[in-house]
Amino acid sequence: MPEKITLKYAVDGDDFTKAGLASSDLKHTLKQIGYDPGFIRRVAIAVYEGEINMVIHAGGGEITADIAPDKVEVWLADSGPGIPNVELAMREGYSTAPIDVHELGFGAGMGLPNIKKYTDDLQIDTTVGVGTTVYMLINNN
Amino acid sequence: MAHYPHSVTLDSQKCKGCTNCIKRCPTQAIRVQGGKAKILPELCIDCGECIRVCPHHAKKAVFDSFESIQKFKYKIAIPAPSLYGQINNLTDINFCLTALLDIGFDDVFEVAVAAEIISNATSILIRSGKLKYPVISSACPAVERLIRVRFPQLCENVLPFHSPMEYAARLAKRRAAQKTGLPRKDIGVFFISPCPAKITDIKHPINSKKSSVDGALAISDIYPCLVSAMNKIETPKNLASSSMVGVGWANSGGESVAISDNYYLAADGIENVIKVLEEVEDDKLNGLHFIELNACSGGCVGGVLTVENPYVAKTRIHLLKKHLPSEQEQSSDSNVEAELTWKQQLTSAPALKLSEDLNEALNMMHEIEKITSRLPGLDCGSCGSPSCRALAEDIVRGHAQESDCVFKLRDKVRQLAQTFETLNIEDI
Repeated sequence: MPEKITLKYAVDGDDFTKAGLASSDLKHTLKQIGYDPGFIRRVAIAVYEGEINMVIHAGGGEITADIAPDKVEVWLADSGPGIPNVELAMREGYSTAPIDVHELGFGAGMGLPNIKKYTDDLQIDTTVGVGTTVYMLINNN
Repeated sequence: MAHYPHSVTLDSQKCKGCTNCIKRCPTQAIRVQGGKAKILPELCIDCGECIRVCPHHAKKAVFDSFESIQKFKYKIAIPAPSLYGQINNLTDINFCLTALLDIGFDDVFEVAVAAEIISNATSILIRSGKLKYPVISSACPAVERLIRVRFPQLCENVLPFHSPMEYAARLAKRRAAQKTGLPRKDIGVFFISPCPAKITDIKHPINSKKSSVDGALAISDIYPCLVSAMNKIETPKNLASSSMVGVGWANSGGESVAISDNYYLAADGIENVIKVLEEVEDDKLNGLHFIELNACSGGCVGGVLTVENPYVAKTRIHLLKKHLPSEQEQSSDSNVEAELTWKQQLTSAPALKLSEDLNEALNMMHEIEKITSRLPGLDCGSCGSPSCRALAEDIVRGHAQESDCVFKLRDKVRQLAQTFETLNIEDI
């Protein structure tokens, strides 16, 4: 009997039409397992923001989600440019997204601050030129 | 027979067991078992997509027969605004309403009239800030049921008002009781419906114990005799009292325009509706006040029980509006909001849940993932489930087995054949 299940999603880079598919699939899975809707919403929003970040900034990557009765842990790993100043990136409204991304309605500088708002733990492991792994924990209280 | 709360049903004689309906159902509510389609009642939202796609006309909507109106002493027709879009060159609604009297009704009450009253009340309620934004329209019963089944969390965003049909029935009954002095039980109100979801909403309402509507006739069913009655009219009776506001509800976007709030979105067609609801769920449409969603393309004019191409009907509604007043006479009734408000909040019916127990559900999901990885991933539908993933779910829920997959079965037969080949006759 597993204590948790692990799901993996590959995220395509630079394809905005597919951005959000992984978080949408994860959301559907959580609904089927039968979590509280408020909890599902927090996971869905946080993972969606993370997924969009991977598409905008990092050319895609991989999402791993560990699903347990009391919590969901998610790792979003990419081999993108890395975040030079994490403190700055955490500020609401701060954005380094290119103009063409803004025109698509993304990149409002709400990604990381929004993730922080909806998660119980957020850790960013980043190296410029190597990539970023965002870890998030959402507890099911 | 168990209680079957839907008006979309199957004619099993006509069903060939093909995969058209299972692939198109937006809630994956159909399976083919034993060569026949089977609708899963807890998932069906009565949108009518399967009726649209079934090439054998095996899916049908159950509606009342025209003769059933005779059960009542006083019979009132309440036509949906979309009825007007079915008729060519209609510049005066009175022709259509007079024809309804000529075919056997004693009275008519336009649903468009109730729609305008609801628009005004909605507009006030949205501005009051009492509701959670974005407020989602409750007019389309298929969308309401979709939210209950697939988007349970959004139940709290749904406008807590009865539909124009329901309110029209109440107003019509009250008016008739005053006019005739008859007891309510002798007054029969019949909705002239563009879709099966409305019929389900009458037979099995979710926001009230019993609908005030006594029966539903399909537009497509009464259309021939209605048109022939219309052609005989020289001078129509003066019965119409709706304006362009209420009639506009027939088309997608009409309800939004009627509540005059610029921060709205109107989507139609079930797939588009699902996309919008996904976005609302993910907090992506925060700036909006109101969301109008219609399961059918084009809005109610696209209902499966209409006769006309929805885009033609849409244009006709636009043309008709030019002949209508810009607003109807205001009702002096100050109690509208209380009358319209549901007695109970919309409750979710999360049919997606695998189990009530989280640990058990997690185990089941683990199994589903394992089985899915073993299946071919072609989503061919030959097993009777809409996708490989859905088959895996059906297996784990105990409704199917892995050998229902034709590819799995072929592998098994091949293995068996090889085993036989390697066996020596003497060994047997």
